[in-house]
Amino acid sequence: MPLTDDEVRHIARLARLGIEDDEVARLRDQLSTILEHFDVLSTFDTEGVPPTAQSFDLANVERDDEPRPSVSRDDVFLNAPRSEGPYLRVRAVLE
Amino acid sequence: MTSGTTPEQALDLTAHEQGALLRSGAFTARALADATLARVRAQEPALNAYITLMDEEARQQADAADLRLRAGDAAPLTGVPVGIKDLISTRGVQTTAASRMLTGFRPIVDATVTRKLREAGAVFIGKTNLDEFAMGSSTEHSAFGATKNPWDLERVPGGSSGGSAATVAARGVALALGTDTGGSIRQPAALCGILGLKPTYGRVSRFGVIAFASSLEQVGPFARDAEDLALLLGTIAGHDAMDATTAPAPVPDYAATLGRGLDGLRVGVPREFFVDGMEPGVREAVERAIEVFAAQGAIIDRDVSLPSVAAALPVYYIIAPSEASANLARYDGVKYGYHYESDSMWNEMEQSRGRGFGDEVKRRIMIGTYALSAGYYDAYYLKAQKVRTLIRREFERAFATHDLLLTPTSPNVAFRIGEKIGDPVAMYLNDLCTIPVNIAGNPAVSIPCGFSEGLPVGLQLISGMFEEGALLRAAQAYGSATDWHRRAPEATREGASS
Repeated sequence: MPLTDDEVRHIARLARLGIEDDEVARLRDQLSTILEHFDVLSTFDTEGVPPTAQSFDLANVERDDEPRPSVSRDDVFLNAPRSEGPYLRVRAVLE
Repeated sequence: MTSGTTPEQALDLTAHEQGALLRSGAFTARALADATLARVRAQEPALNAYITLMDEEARQQADAADLRLRAGDAAPLTGVPVGIKDLISTRGVQTTAASRMLTGFRPIVDATVTRKLREAGAVFIGKTNLDEFAMGSSTEHSAFGATKNPWDLERVPGGSSGGSAATVAARGVALALGTDTGGSIRQPAALCGILGLKPTYGRVSRFGVIAFASSLEQVGPFARDAEDLALLLGTIAGHDAMDATTAPAPVPDYAATLGRGLDGLRVGVPREFFVDGMEPGVREAVERAIEVFAAQGAIIDRDVSLPSVAAALPVYYIIAPSEASANLARYDGVKYGYHYESDSMWNEMEQSRGRGFGDEVKRRIMIGTYALSAGYYDAYYLKAQKVRTLIRREFERAFATHDLLLTPTSPNVAFRIGEKIGDPVAMYLNDLCTIPVNIAGNPAVSIPCGFSEGLPVGLQLISGMFEEGALLRAAQAYGSATDWHRRAPEATREGASS
């Protein structure tokens, strides 16, 4: 089933992805074509088949919680687009 | 290889030959680094294989390598120039993922693979071009322009690790690192006429590698012979406390697996990988390779079928974008990365992401977000994970009775720049033969097996989980019986003359 323009806008909103009006139609058509190719999966019988999230059996990897030096604040701020003193600068979250 | 070899001549040799010459004192690591940088720089206007050249770091590393060489403390890779895909973090050196989003981003740590190469004394020549965030099969989706195939500059080198493949094929460096999520090492290796290996999922640490699809991707080597693949794989492989998905298993001595020939290897040829749309020249080259395997004593079984492989492409294009949509959620324009100034927090975030990411990345984030969204999760993501189990089981069954599976790497040779960029599905079909392997998690290698219309063809060998040794053994034996991997493209000579 092809996507609608509203669905494309809704998905973009969920992904916090700003898309221009002229991108909506293109994405709608391209995504609809890609989704069509997913239909073949329904022809595979997966009754009682467990899902695979990772390809070899390794679970619950644990280690001792040992204190060690963290990265420096200077390093953390090295790539920040906007900072002020010891803070990252962001727009007000609550308006 | 004689003691009279110059650093310029050594650029055409393999890494293990370069290393031996360095240790014999034929020339210094500094001289080899200078020669490498000069050739790479001369080739760049034509190839665009690199995003960042690391002249200063390379010379510092070379000087340090020379101290080790003189002290007799050299490892096999000490002083050997390497290229590093620009998805892999290099401390203090711009690491972009070929995205506007990360242009100027300087990692504060090395990736584990970078650290291991540094400790081995390798010399970093530069950061190689790729499809943005490793999403693509042509290296056209780069914010820094497309990389060209050294065999034909009108054509793509494959992708996403196209820069690494192109510079190794053009004899810029003998070794480079790539990453492979659905074929991003093997397919460009095939299209550029060199060798490329995707390790078993969990064999190599992903710490410090910019994440795309965490359950599928691995870092692996590009090289021009099997011995070099073994050398680089052995250097980067192993358990890492910083990556909980690495296998706590010892790394075998890969060099020891070489030289054992093909005699008695049970090789299956699964019919699903020989698709209708594959180019006749690719089919012929692969068929001739099968004859070489048989002549060398391999036991060929053509009655092998992995029927669920028909679902591999849709499974991949649900799972990989789903994981990508989660992994790329971190790019919010606040802590690092591209930032767009606007009047509200949400608008800033949406505009930073909308303008920072390119078209293919946005497409995949959209697919993944849709597949994971309420009401579609069961039909898409969960269903894909279940079919993934079916594919894994078929590979497990195949390797119960075979040592290797043999297939083409790509159904086609290098295509023209621009030919598939407007048609995502046509682009995705390029990885038909490589994607099933990432879904199952097995290791695989692409090796040169001939030419079709003047362009290289790749042969894919797949082995059981953690059986990289079998791949290297077969690649080395096939390379001894043929000379496809020794063919060099014309672009080499252009660069060499300056």
